[in-house]
Amino acid sequence: MAEAQNSPTLRSARAGGSLPVGSTTAGSIAVAAESTVATRMSAPPSFDVADFPVPHGREEEWRFTPLERLKGLHDGTAKADGSIKAEVNAPDGVTVESVGRDDARIGKAGTPVDRVAAQAFSSFEKATVVSIPKETVLTEPVRVALHGEGGTTFGHTVFEIGAFAEVVIVIDHTGDAVRSANVDFLIGDGAKVTFVSVQDWDDTAVHCSQHNALIGRDATFRSVVVTFGGDVVRLHPRISYAGPGGEAELFGLYFTDAGQHQEHRLLVTHNAPHCKSNVVYKGALQGDSAHAVWIGDVLIQAEAEGTDTYEMNRNLVLTDGARVDSVPNLEIETGEIVGAGHASTTGRFDDEQLFYLMARGIPEAEARRLVVRGFFAELVQQIGLPDVEERLIAKIEAELEASV
Amino acid sequence: MATLEIRDLHVSVEAENGPREILKGVDLTVKQGETHAIMGPNGSGKSTLAYSLAGHPKYTITGGTVTLDGEDVLEMSVDERARAGVFLAMQYPVEVPGVSVSNFLRTSATAIRGEAPKLRTWVKEVKETMERLQMDPAFAERNVNEGFSGGEKKRHEILQLELLKPKIAILDETDSGLDVDALRTVSEGVNRVRETGEVGTLLITHYTRILRYIKPDFVHVFANGRIAESGGAELADKLEAEGYEAYTKGGVSA
Repeated sequence: MAEAQNSPTLRSARAGGSLPVGSTTAGSIAVAAESTVATRMSAPPSFDVADFPVPHGREEEWRFTPLERLKGLHDGTAKADGSIKAEVNAPDGVTVESVGRDDARIGKAGTPVDRVAAQAFSSFEKATVVSIPKETVLTEPVRVALHGEGGTTFGHTVFEIGAFAEVVIVIDHTGDAVRSANVDFLIGDGAKVTFVSVQDWDDTAVHCSQHNALIGRDATFRSVVVTFGGDVVRLHPRISYAGPGGEAELFGLYFTDAGQHQEHRLLVTHNAPHCKSNVVYKGALQGDSAHAVWIGDVLIQAEAEGTDTYEMNRNLVLTDGARVDSVPNLEIETGEIVGAGHASTTGRFDDEQLFYLMARGIPEAEARRLVVRGFFAELVQQIGLPDVEERLIAKIEAELEASV
Repeated sequence: MATLEIRDLHVSVEAENGPREILKGVDLTVKQGETHAIMGPNGSGKSTLAYSLAGHPKYTITGGTVTLDGEDVLEMSVDERARAGVFLAMQYPVEVPGVSVSNFLRTSATAIRGEAPKLRTWVKEVKETMERLQMDPAFAERNVNEGFSGGEKKRHEILQLELLKPKIAILDETDSGLDVDALRTVSEGVNRVRETGEVGTLLITHYTRILRYIKPDFVHVFANGRIAESGGAELADKLEAEGYEAYTKGGVSA
């Protein structure tokens, strides 16, 4: 397909992979400024909302976000006046507790990085801690269903996964809500965790969340972020390592419709040696003012020798009027790494593909479906959870149906 | 008997300084069971004819008619033309990432035949056709044209030709870029379809080489956007000996 590639920021030599250059012809791609991950934030991370100035929209971390649609989550005017129905379905052996903010496990996986995340942290009343004991191998997923019933809510959830435990966690977001809630993962040594977060909100919802995963020695964390709904969805999946040998796989899939703003801001901090990270986010956009933002930051610190990292973002723009901002950013403080690379492409729906399929008798609508399904197929197949895969395919079909 | 009739066809493309006429009045009748070779120098408009017949949006029809058994082909959308029985084997087949060959073939056959082929007979049909084209069975699980070699792309086009059984097959430089073995295999595939007597073939080529394997009933020399001369197979021998020079002098620019 006709792809446009942007110029990523690369701060040091020895990056593996091919580094695409060029300019965009479809949608829009912003190129990262020459600044470090830490210094381009307007304030250092903090648990206290008061430590962050109210954003005005020109800050690096806010420049893509429509602040006026955040329902006051960013300026302190949002009050916890809503309700959200939460159902936790946990297999035997899993404990679910409601704890106060003095619980030592809260905030251990990461610190809020912007005012909205800090507001969530400062505003929740009780946090939920879900614990999977060490060496517990669960065959059934832990399922959390959150259904918004209107109004604003704050929350905080901690998943504490013991050493060598294996678990699949699915959080499903539906309904109408203004929701700001952070999710922490404390992952024990050698544990294997798959986390699926589905944003299938009504088109009126606003959702902001910081996902912090602290990956133990030789542990594996795989996250699958799926965003279909919402008026504004702004997520921060963030990874750091508690020891060597950890692996993170971050997959994302979004389908941004007319008027929707869907923003995924990732940071992988390689702060331990011999860890791996692999990021693949793919999105399709259709309709007027559909706006997808993908920020992919990877920081390889001096002590992270033997790091192997790759991140990729691909966007398929199906109609005129949609906009993509895709900003990969790689910062390398040690040359002793296995590999580091990234790619970002944004392409228009390819009329030549359409012609080829139609020249074989396939009607236009079906040909479009084949191409879009094909675009997502490689990613969907990697998820490895048949029920999630089926739901995703059904959802993609429904989105495409709605568009024709 | 299916008949494709092209009458005084004029076709333009958008160029930097306005529309540019490529086809300047093409007349041609192709009947089921016949094979017409269209030969000509680069830039003479051969491929434009092929893509215009298939309905590529890049080409604008500015005059003339094309009918298939009296039905107006130019009024049909690209997929309608294919379902009416017009097949274009492309010179540069397009990659479709994430769509497997087997899914593509079945979706296409379903569209063309009007119903999904019965799974068991379909699998056998595809397998046997692939064997005859010397294609590895693993090929069916690859994504359409993704990472295919030039020869694999052309075999894949002929595989579709054999499975879709069109009334009119347009082969656009199917021979280009093939080594002798691949050329023979691909030609055998085309000949199997021709031997059914059910297809009219429009074989577009720059070289006479493929005509050793696929014997045309008629040869047309294409120059400057129209057919400059028509004859039997002997015309190809003349072209082999003399080249296209006689047709390009004072005609097309480069």
